[in-house]
Amino acid sequence: MKISYYPGCTLKYKAKNLETAALASLDTLGIEVEEMDRWNCCGAVFSLANDDLIHMVGPVRNLVRAKEQGADAIVTLCSMCYNTLARANMLMKNDPEKRDTINRFMDDEIDYFGDVEVHHFLSLVKDKVGWQALSKKVKTPLTGVKIASYYGCTLQRPSEVGIEPMGSFTLMNELFEALGAEAVPFSAADKCCGSYQVICEEEGDNTAAATVLNAASTSGAETLVTSCPLCEFNLGKQQEALKVKGKITENVPTLYFTQLLAIALGVTEEQCGFELNDAQVTQFLESKKLLVAA
Amino acid sequence: MTLPMNGQKLSVDSIKKINELSGENVKLCMQCGTCTAACPMAEEMDFFPRKVMHFSQFGMITSMENINTYWKCASCHSCSVRCPRGIDIAKVMEALRQIVLRTSKNYIEPSQIPKEKLKEYPGIMMVAGFRKLTS
Repeated sequence: MKISYYPGCTLKYKAKNLETAALASLDTLGIEVEEMDRWNCCGAVFSLANDDLIHMVGPVRNLVRAKEQGADAIVTLCSMCYNTLARANMLMKNDPEKRDTINRFMDDEIDYFGDVEVHHFLSLVKDKVGWQALSKKVKTPLTGVKIASYYGCTLQRPSEVGIEPMGSFTLMNELFEALGAEAVPFSAADKCCGSYQVICEEEGDNTAAATVLNAASTSGAETLVTSCPLCEFNLGKQQEALKVKGKITENVPTLYFTQLLAIALGVTEEQCGFELNDAQVTQFLESKKLLVAA
Repeated sequence: MTLPMNGQKLSVDSIKKINELSGENVKLCMQCGTCTAACPMAEEMDFFPRKVMHFSQFGMITSMENINTYWKCASCHSCSVRCPRGIDIAKVMEALRQIVLRTSKNYIEPSQIPKEKLKEYPGIMMVAGFRKLTS
């Protein structure tokens, strides 16, 4: 089975650490994926208006490119890319009328019928390696690290594309347990982080993000872990602003799940890109002796 | 803020428009309020999602022109997955946004965002925000 890797816009700069840690981990695990040599924006948000087919062209073109590369499946890291690609794929598979319109519009491309599988990285690691085998490859166990697994909106909703059923957070929790960490019960695992709304708000006004961070503090977690660059921005990088406005009192270091995977697998620090995370992350990892002193 | 609801506000054409754009049937709503309970943005809204569903059942598009509910909706689908009547409420909110945006009105002006903010914001936020909030 050939798997194409679709990066998405933010993973090439602001969230480069989500990608580099993931790709280095895949190397260590011996899973082969091929980064697409040509890709475009996924659309970031799935078009919800019934007549808005033009915005389906972006995600569908990516699926077509994967097919042209001879891939059977496409894998993504960013939750929002996963969501738009998976839903566009489902539309192409299940709605013949809209599919025909889109295929006719995309004149130059091959006709597409929704036959490339869309996977999220979390499911890929579980299916290709499995938690038991993964735990045997751990070089630096994350012993004693208490983690709040944060799924946000787009990994689970709507249910037809969810990586697992609503209210179940086993993929991330089992991943972290395989790495030796402890996943704590976390009541805000699928609450919204405020998403793109920050673009029209004053800094530090994001109540939705504060709700998630406060729930993480209450849960006893030492770190909040996500798979989405927008969640990471709202929950990680905005903590100081939220503190200034009195919406949160405690900092919660925020990481990408791929970074914890990479640390546990012994990937070099440069490939984890902690300098791109919020300020508390390095300090937290040092306190847990998970960073090799430079 | 109050929005009066009465027989004169009823617009069958507007109900049809909301239903066509959303692909949903707003009349199925039984006003239980599960959507409001599930909504992470509810406290910032002029009117809760339940109330906006009620306005939509009357087709009160003009009355809803200046309320913030559907702009505050971040399409997280918390309501949609919980609606006991199976309505994809996020799609109804999208329809209400589109009705305004398709008159060439923007909810935010990208040119007014300070340059230092543009440098700070991740691309994913700008693509999502501009798609949802500008025409």
